[in-house]
Amino acid sequence: MNALVKDPIAWTDVGAVTDIPLRGARRVPTPSGDVAIFRTGDGRVFALKDACPHKGGPLSQGIIHGHAVTCPLHAWAIDLANGEPMGADRGKGCTPVIPLEVRDGRLLLGRA
Amino acid sequence: MTKERLIIVGNGMAGCRAVQEVLKRDPDRYEIAIFGAEPRVNYDRIMLSPVLAGEKRFEDIVINDEAWYRDNGITLHAGRAVEAIDREARVVRAEGGLELAYDRLILATGSDSIRLPLPGADLKGVVTFRDLDDVDAMIAAAAKPGARAVVIGGGLLGIEAAYGLVRRGMAATVVHLVDVLMERQLDASAGFLLASALAEKGVDTELGAVSEEIVGAEGHVAGLKLKDGRTLPCDLLVMAVGIRPNAALARASGLEVGRGVVVDDRMRTSDPRISAVGECVEHRGQCYGLVAPIWEMCKALGADLTGADAAYEGSVLSTRLKVSGVDVFSAGKFSGGEGCEDIVFRDAGRGVYKRVVLENGRVAGAVLFGDAADGAWYFDLMRQSVEVADIRETLIFGQSVTEGLRGLDPSAAVAALADDAEICGCNGVCKGAITGAIVSEGLKSLEEVRAVTKASASCGSCTPLVEKLLMATLGDAFQAQIGPKPVCGCTHHGHEETRRRIIADGLKSMPAVMQALEWTTPDGCASCRPALNYYLLCAWPGEYRDDKQSRFINERVHANIQKDGTYSVVPRMWGGLTSADELRAIADVVDKFQIPTVKVTGGQRIDLLGVKKDDLPAVWADLNAAGMVSGHAYAKGLRTVKTCVGSDWCRFGTQDSTGLGVRLEKFMWGSWTPAKVKLAVSGCPRNCAEATCKDIGVVCVDSGYEIHVGGAAGLHIQGTQLLTKVVTEEEALWTICAITQAYREQGWYLERIYKWMARVGLESIKAQVEDPETRRALYDRFAYSQRFARIDPWAERVAGRHTEEFNPLSRRMEFAPA
Repeated sequence: MNALVKDPIAWTDVGAVTDIPLRGARRVPTPSGDVAIFRTGDGRVFALKDACPHKGGPLSQGIIHGHAVTCPLHAWAIDLANGEPMGADRGKGCTPVIPLEVRDGRLLLGRA
Repeated sequence: MTKERLIIVGNGMAGCRAVQEVLKRDPDRYEIAIFGAEPRVNYDRIMLSPVLAGEKRFEDIVINDEAWYRDNGITLHAGRAVEAIDREARVVRAEGGLELAYDRLILATGSDSIRLPLPGADLKGVVTFRDLDDVDAMIAAAAKPGARAVVIGGGLLGIEAAYGLVRRGMAATVVHLVDVLMERQLDASAGFLLASALAEKGVDTELGAVSEEIVGAEGHVAGLKLKDGRTLPCDLLVMAVGIRPNAALARASGLEVGRGVVVDDRMRTSDPRISAVGECVEHRGQCYGLVAPIWEMCKALGADLTGADAAYEGSVLSTRLKVSGVDVFSAGKFSGGEGCEDIVFRDAGRGVYKRVVLENGRVAGAVLFGDAADGAWYFDLMRQSVEVADIRETLIFGQSVTEGLRGLDPSAAVAALADDAEICGCNGVCKGAITGAIVSEGLKSLEEVRAVTKASASCGSCTPLVEKLLMATLGDAFQAQIGPKPVCGCTHHGHEETRRRIIADGLKSMPAVMQALEWTTPDGCASCRPALNYYLLCAWPGEYRDDKQSRFINERVHANIQKDGTYSVVPRMWGGLTSADELRAIADVVDKFQIPTVKVTGGQRIDLLGVKKDDLPAVWADLNAAGMVSGHAYAKGLRTVKTCVGSDWCRFGTQDSTGLGVRLEKFMWGSWTPAKVKLAVSGCPRNCAEATCKDIGVVCVDSGYEIHVGGAAGLHIQGTQLLTKVVTEEEALWTICAITQAYREQGWYLERIYKWMARVGLESIKAQVEDPETRRALYDRFAYSQRFARIDPWAERVAGRHTEEFNPLSRRMEFAPA
């Protein structure tokens, strides 16, 4: 009955890339929990659900190094590109990656 | 047979190159006319920077002079802008009513400089850096003695503009929004080195600076006002903040336009008779502002216009900076990404930083600073997608080393080196000297080789080579020695060496340390960054700017994160004293913010648990209003000074232990230390303040003050050791501050005082505080550092500092869509 063709992803402008400090992160509250948006030292941005696969720690509060974040609760290092724990904790769960696009310096967060 | 008519709109590099590509393939096919808006022949815009810098003249950068147009039978309509295209009639209309018919049309309208819409942008002396007129204006401005320029934009163009102006005798400052120069081509490490190199050439940089207004005087630019309130005076203001494809004509003609004129792989627009090329186009969603892609587009276009098959499939980009003596190269995914790995090489002695990014065993990008000779080689490996697994070990050393050693395994490669091959660049030690000493002196370890030959004794970057030589010479008799434990996996240097070098080399920023000590990662990790941040803060009080992104969350937000992501708040209670007013304010805060748990701590204060992050500044504001400040219960720094009531109330008290505790805390609060520091003052040997299990404890006795150090009551339980005894309260304060400063300067990050003491020995600490001069010097350094430390971080944040830390980026997604 619904014949509408939809963009599978609904994008929301959540701010400017420069609203996030380099090697920093900000969070965006959503109905299904906070999303963390990270900006790495080389200026790239990534979005993950703001919860460590270990004990749900807020990754947005961690230290960002390279393309990884270290969780503030128990120091798991999470790969920002795919949400997977790195090093000794590899393979122990995964944090969902949230669609994120940059257009003209604006951050567009997707709702998949 | 009459020739087809080909018209090119745009007499720039792309337009003329497209014509050359056509002529090369089929010189007689078209009757060609070119329209150009600038009243000049075609010149190499890329070389405007050297013209500005006075390193080239305009004649040097002309690509096609008048003879070229004449010899190829091309009509040049210079200084005539095309106003409209009639696609039905296939006619272009130019300024002055000229109309020309075409069979094929090429749009090569280039791009425009972006002009920031700042107040004052229309003042005289505000220019962009795009064409020869801009360069002429800049050279004229530079002729005035003592003239100053500000360049907005720290990208390639802005830096070249500033450098050129400095070469012309101006003082120039680059103002850049981001805190890394050329951030689209460079990572933070290379950006830091670039800023340093530019400073040496006289170009100042203001990073992370937001331009607010261009200030004028009598219609002429006089300065640039920044958002932080400062005004940079200037006589010339150059905007070099980027370019925008010039697609106005295409849009007005009804062609498909996105950010630029949309073209397919044959460079055709939505009208097959009209092609577009250069900076005005958008191809597969991409716009280009560099010359190499333009040449590649022109090839495809030339082929299409002469009936051949060719497709432009997008370009892989590389960049070189044109500033004499500053070697910078960048290409591809220089910053890595999913599934990428980094190989990083730093040579502090030569000021070299190289980072090669690998993806699926192939080069995916590179950034080179200080030695860009291998840029072309990496770019080649990248574009040809060469499998580099077998040359990975030597890849970072460049083409000549790699080609020289191809096929050899690393140990064999070292064995194959000639005896006069230099191994240690710092001390000029060659291979023969090392292997000779190993044999003749019977050396067995890295340390012995260092002691005898000096090889690997300075920067240490040749350590792996020296170890391989030991292995090759001694065979199984060699076992790799473990040196001092490295700070982390990013470096082979230990804490001691790192701290020593920060002072000895005058290293004052994190990138400076990472470069000088040849860190092997681009920006460190969660272990070394907080350590370096502390070491720098301790070494350069008042000078080093704390890097909050290198702080653990608790120190970044000045509260303790809890298991559910909420925070706890502990206000300071000096020496454990509080008052009715303070308690009332705490009670009010608990009610107002519905704080679930209130607990008394072991350090004689009150902990408010379960505060939401967003509420922190408001909670602090209320506590501040009642006179309370942060208790630093989260800090690698001074925590509490626990006291008993002492001679004020206690019938056994020998001294005013509460008073001394308050005095110590009021003097020492806010200080950062390698790990947490807890103090206590007991008024008599009954020790009700439990001073003998604290980091530093005072036990008052009739004749004075016993000072104890090195207690712990955490993971380890350990009583203190008596360090010294002093007679006056004054001396007690001096001594405790001196111990703390010695610990601040000598402790390794996260090393508690008792561990530091075990490492350096009680006697060493005793010697420092018992010698009056040393004690005095330590105390003075502590007191100086405290001038910058005794600032309430809560009050600063209540006043608006780092608000981004506490507010969500956006609340637009907070509720489900209707």
